[in-house]
Amino acid sequence: MGIVIRKDQWINLAIIATTLWFMWLASTYFDEYTVRILNNIAIFTILAVSYNLINGVAGQFSLEPNGFVAIGAYVTALLLLDGDAKEYQYDIEDPYPWILGLQANFIWALFFSGVFSALLALSLSFPVFRVRGDYLAIVTLGFGFIIRILAINNPEITNGSLGLNDIPEFSNLYWTGGIAILSVWGILNIVNSKYGRAMKAVRDDEDTAIAMGVNTFKIKTFAFCTSAFLEGVGGGLLAALLTSISPDLFTFFFTFQLLIIIVLGGLGSTTGAIIGTILVIGGAEWMRFLDEPMNFGFFETPAMPGMRMVVFSIILILVMLFAREGIMGKRELKDLFKPKSKL
Amino acid sequence: MILELKNVTKKFGGVTAINSTTFAVNSKEIYGLIGPNGAGKTTMFNIITGNYQATDGEVIFKNEKINTLKPHVIVRRGVARTFQNIRLFHTMSVIDNVLIGFDFQTNYTYLESIFRLPRFFGEEKRIRGRAMEILDYFGIAKFAEHKATDLSYGQQRKVEIARALATSPTILLLDEPAAGMNPAETKELADLIRKARDDFDLTVLLIEHDMKFVNQLCDKVLVLDYGKTIFEGLPANAIKDKKVITAYLGDFTHDSC
Repeated sequence: MGIVIRKDQWINLAIIATTLWFMWLASTYFDEYTVRILNNIAIFTILAVSYNLINGVAGQFSLEPNGFVAIGAYVTALLLLDGDAKEYQYDIEDPYPWILGLQANFIWALFFSGVFSALLALSLSFPVFRVRGDYLAIVTLGFGFIIRILAINNPEITNGSLGLNDIPEFSNLYWTGGIAILSVWGILNIVNSKYGRAMKAVRDDEDTAIAMGVNTFKIKTFAFCTSAFLEGVGGGLLAALLTSISPDLFTFFFTFQLLIIIVLGGLGSTTGAIIGTILVIGGAEWMRFLDEPMNFGFFETPAMPGMRMVVFSIILILVMLFAREGIMGKRELKDLFKPKSKL
Repeated sequence: MILELKNVTKKFGGVTAINSTTFAVNSKEIYGLIGPNGAGKTTMFNIITGNYQATDGEVIFKNEKINTLKPHVIVRRGVARTFQNIRLFHTMSVIDNVLIGFDFQTNYTYLESIFRLPRFFGEEKRIRGRAMEILDYFGIAKFAEHKATDLSYGQQRKVEIARALATSPTILLLDEPAAGMNPAETKELADLIRKARDDFDLTVLLIEHDMKFVNQLCDKVLVLDYGKTIFEGLPANAIKDKKVITAYLGDFTHDSC
């Protein structure tokens, strides 16, 4: 049986090959600071494309990422730290014995992070998707707060507000980039299947989707749990990159940043989510020069910490004014190469 | 008898939208539901499709009671509908709109779609073929990749009917299919519905205000007024019926001035 590769598949393969080559190039030749930013971009790509699935593709306004990322980060951290390291750093309360016993290698740790997040998402789906409207946003917003409060108030499990430190640094560009490629591939496969079509149908008109025999509860739950799974995995990667985590890392600002990314890139577009990640995460670093003192020759400005956030906000406002649907709108990369058709 | 409504009543608070209506639709029949605005026609559709729960009475479809089932389950049993105001999925292409109708007839799991396992490709190819057949039947195959809402009004109507037919229905509920169409388009639509009835082995239940359209097309009509049945029978007799004329035009026998 011969395998025929179509033109768009060649383009995809070329993109993947280029990314892999770039990953090798970066981890061999780039300095640590640049690699750190690229790692961040890779992890946020995972988070943004998965967040985009529930928010953009399925159209269910949700504010869940910080909660599930926190869960993923804590699960991975607890599984990667060995018993001695845990006993050594639990200062507030003694850890439960079963916490000390938790142990897994990196792949399983990431997998369990994802599964645990997805199961929690599943249990949230039952009450939330029985009703329509913005309830999901309210519930997930509350969920994020609850997870943070639980992490602070259960020092026997999470070491409270001190957080977990000395997590083995397993994440490198191959891990983060590799999983990012797999996530984007998986998400695009969902979007271009009957499940993706049904998600878009639910977004466009839920009543009509039901009238076509779509089980909208199931579709919304699938989208939500898939997002949660990848956010758990992303959280795990983040924990193994930062090597120390604390509840303060996973505030609502985390979700807010992802929301900016997907709205800037274009709600509903996976390509847009990737572009948004590069612009927001990469751009925020690149614009650091704005915080520093600047010399224009005829006059000098003092250091203005936070100036880059002002500029960044202005850019966001301009995008929302002139490109209401974000950079990509609902288009994907392949739509840009399509010839414009006339009726 | 394929669809049977027995003493169906629907109340919204104090308002009785449908008052103990009983009727039956035979297989392969084109059955018209007519009546002035607010007579309860669309409410009747919503009860049959499960969007509303009847306050009282039952809906029997293929000898089974369906009025307690969920709407998407009723569709899967073979009841498809279109909407009064065209409701296509506006961000999606014509073929994707029709493919949504095939959603529950596409047999691959979520994991098979994520990992692109062989069954995914086979099933996608099969349903795409069937969707193109339906589009071809309606003469809109050449617009398959266009955005659905870019099409003309008449073509969008056809996409909507094509999408409903994709669910492989036994009975098709059309809510004012000829609304907003000129006489030539109306004629074409009537022919199309009759032809589709024969080719797809359909029973058609339709709501329509255009009496000419109803006369051309329907085998039988039911006239509703304020939720009550005032006439059931041949369309030609309906327009002569005194009660029907009164419902539409008012009562001229008493001088109310």
